[in-house]
Amino acid sequence: MAQNKTERLLQVVLCLSQGRRSVSREQLRRAIPDYTACPSDEAFERMFERDKNELRELGIPLETSGEPGDEEVGYRIDRDAYALPDLHLTRDEMVAMALAARVWREQGPASAAARALLKLSAEGIDVDPTDLPAIEPRLSGGEAAFGPLTAAVSQRRAVRFAYRAARETKSHLRHLQPWGVVSQRGRWYVVGHDLDRDAARVFRLSRIDGEVTAVGAPSAFVVPTDAALRSRVDVFAAAGPESEAVLLVQPGAGYGLRRRATAPAASVVVDGAPWDRLTVANAGIYPFAEEVASYGPVVVVESPPELRDAVIANLQAVLAGQGRR
Amino acid sequence: MAGASDQLVRLLALLPWLQAHPGVTKQVAAAAFGVTPLQLEKDLQLAFTCELPGQPEVFIDIDYLDSDRISVIDPATIDRPLRLRPDEAVALLVGLRALAAVPGLQDRNALDGALAKLEDATGLAGLTESEPGRAAPAPAAAAAEAVREGLAAHRRLHLQYWVPTRDEVTERDVDPMRIVSVDDTAYLEGYCHSSESVRTFRLDRIVEAVVLDTPAQSPGVPAPNEVAGVFRPGAGDQVVTLDLDASSRWVPEYYACETVAEQPDGGLRVTLRTSDSRLVTRLALRLSGGVAVVEPNEIRAEVTRLAQATLLLYGVSRRL
Repeated sequence: MAQNKTERLLQVVLCLSQGRRSVSREQLRRAIPDYTACPSDEAFERMFERDKNELRELGIPLETSGEPGDEEVGYRIDRDAYALPDLHLTRDEMVAMALAARVWREQGPASAAARALLKLSAEGIDVDPTDLPAIEPRLSGGEAAFGPLTAAVSQRRAVRFAYRAARETKSHLRHLQPWGVVSQRGRWYVVGHDLDRDAARVFRLSRIDGEVTAVGAPSAFVVPTDAALRSRVDVFAAAGPESEAVLLVQPGAGYGLRRRATAPAASVVVDGAPWDRLTVANAGIYPFAEEVASYGPVVVVESPPELRDAVIANLQAVLAGQGRR
Repeated sequence: MAGASDQLVRLLALLPWLQAHPGVTKQVAAAAFGVTPLQLEKDLQLAFTCELPGQPEVFIDIDYLDSDRISVIDPATIDRPLRLRPDEAVALLVGLRALAAVPGLQDRNALDGALAKLEDATGLAGLTESEPGRAAPAPAAAAAEAVREGLAAHRRLHLQYWVPTRDEVTERDVDPMRIVSVDDTAYLEGYCHSSESVRTFRLDRIVEAVVLDTPAQSPGVPAPNEVAGVFRPGAGDQVVTLDLDASSRWVPEYYACETVAEQPDGGLRVTLRTSDSRLVTRLALRLSGGVAVVEPNEIRAEVTRLAQATLLLYGVSRRL
C-alpha cells in the first residue's frame, strides 16, 4: 500500500465532515485511494471496518445512517458533535487548568491532561509554563484508578480491584458497581454497590492495589436515585458534629489548640500555677481526646467530663502499652 | 497501529492550534506538542498533501515551506479541536479539584470558573464530585496569601511558624521556592536562613508571613523534583523503633519510616529517623497504647514520665 495510514484516516475524516449529507460506502471507496486500491470487496470491507472502529475509539463521532445491510447505508461526522465548543476561558482559568495538569505523576493521565490543555489552548489563550505560579498539586496515590473507574461509572459497568482496607494487612479482591467518584478534603473515594457485601460501600482510591478492571457488559446497573454519594463519603470520613471543650493550657504552650479557640484566652491561677483557660471547638470526643493527650502535662481538660475521662483513659492505656516492653 | 492513531490525534489538535497561533515558529509548535521539529515537519507535510481525488476543492492549506514560521491558511473542516475525551476531561477535573481542596492555594474564582466551564463543555458534571469549597481560617488565609505573593515576586519571607512536635512558634527568614500540595495540605518549600538548608513548611502552620524587601536568593542547591513524602529525614537523626498494634497500622502512611516489618499479632514494627524526640513522644501519647517505644530507652522513659505527670494533674496516679 503506497499510502500512509494516518493520511487515509485523515482523508476519511475530511470526506465525512464535508456536508450534512451522509456518504455511502461506494462513494467512500471511490474517494479514498487506499479503498479504491483494495483488490476485493472483502478487503475493502475489512479495512473500512477497522478504520471506522479506530476513529470511534479516538472519540470521533462517526455516525451511521440507514440499517446495517441496507443498500442505502451511509456515514457522516456531525461537526457539532465533533467540535469542542469555545469555553471562553479567562487567563486565570487557563492558568488553573495548566496547574491542574501538574497533578499527575503517571504517564497515562499526565498525557491525557497534556492533550486536553492543547485542545483548550486552541482558544488562543497561552500560558507560558515559566510564568505559572510555583505550585504543584499532588495526589497521595491511586492515580491509575481514576481513568478506569470514571469510564466504568459513565458506562455503568462493574469493576474489580484489589483493595487494602485501613486496618488490614492484605488486600482483598472486591467487585463493585461504581456510582461515582467523590473527593473529600483532597482524598478521593469511589462509591458504589459492593457485589460481595451486597451493600453500598465507599473505597479510598489510594488504597486500591494495582489495576482496576472492568467486568461484564455496559449498562449493567442503574445508579439508585438516593445514591447520595457525598453524604456517604462524609460518613466514611467520619467528621462528627462540632462541640466545645474548656481546657487549661500552660502559657506559651498549646499553640495548635489556641488557634482554634472560640474566644480569647483568660489567664487564671490554679493550685498556685498560672494557666490560660481556652474554649476550643472540636469534632468529637475521641479524636479530640487523643489530640489533647498528645500535649502531655501542658494541657488539662476542665469540661466536658466525658472528654476528661477519655483523656485519662487514653493516658492510662499509654502507660500500659509502654509497660508491655 | 498506535503510531497512526497518535499522529492523527496530534494532527487534529495541531491544525486548530496553529490557526489560533498564526506565524508561530516550528520550534515553539513542536515543543508545545512534545515532538521533534522533524516530526512536526512530517505531520505538516502529511496534512498539506492530503487530498480527496474526487473533491479537489477539499484540501488543507498551510504556509510553512518558505520560512521558519507556520500559518494555517485553511484547515478545511479541521478548524476546531475534537471534544475532550472522558479521560482527558477527568485528568483536568481531578487536578482542579486537587487545587481546590487546599484552602488559599489558588484563586477560588478562577478554579470554580474553570471547573464549571469544563463540566459544562464535557457533560461530565456529576461524574466526579467534591465538597463545596472550604474557606481557610482568616489568619491562615492571610499567611497563605503573603506566601504566594513572596513566591511570585521572588522575595524573602519572614515566617512565624508553629512546630507542633515541640509545640512552639519559631521565627525564621525563608526564600520561597515552590508550594507543593498533597491531598488537602499545602507545603512551602524554601531555603531557611536559620537552619541554612532547604526546608518544608506546612502552610496551615504558618502563623504569620511578612513579605520582605530583600530579593529571594537562589539556594544554589537544585530543588529536588520529588518531595519524598514531604518529610525528609536527615542522616544525623536518631533512629527510633516502634511497635504498632493493628489499630495503628496507618502510622507509616503519615510518617516516613525507614523499615516496616509485619508482626505475628497483626501489628507492625517500624523504625524511623527523627531529629526531635518530641515527634515520637507526642505520637505515643496520642495513640493510647497503640504505639510502644522499643528503643531508645530514654524516649520510652520520657513517654511514661509525661503520661504519669499528666495523670497527676487530673488527680489520678498510677504506677506500673
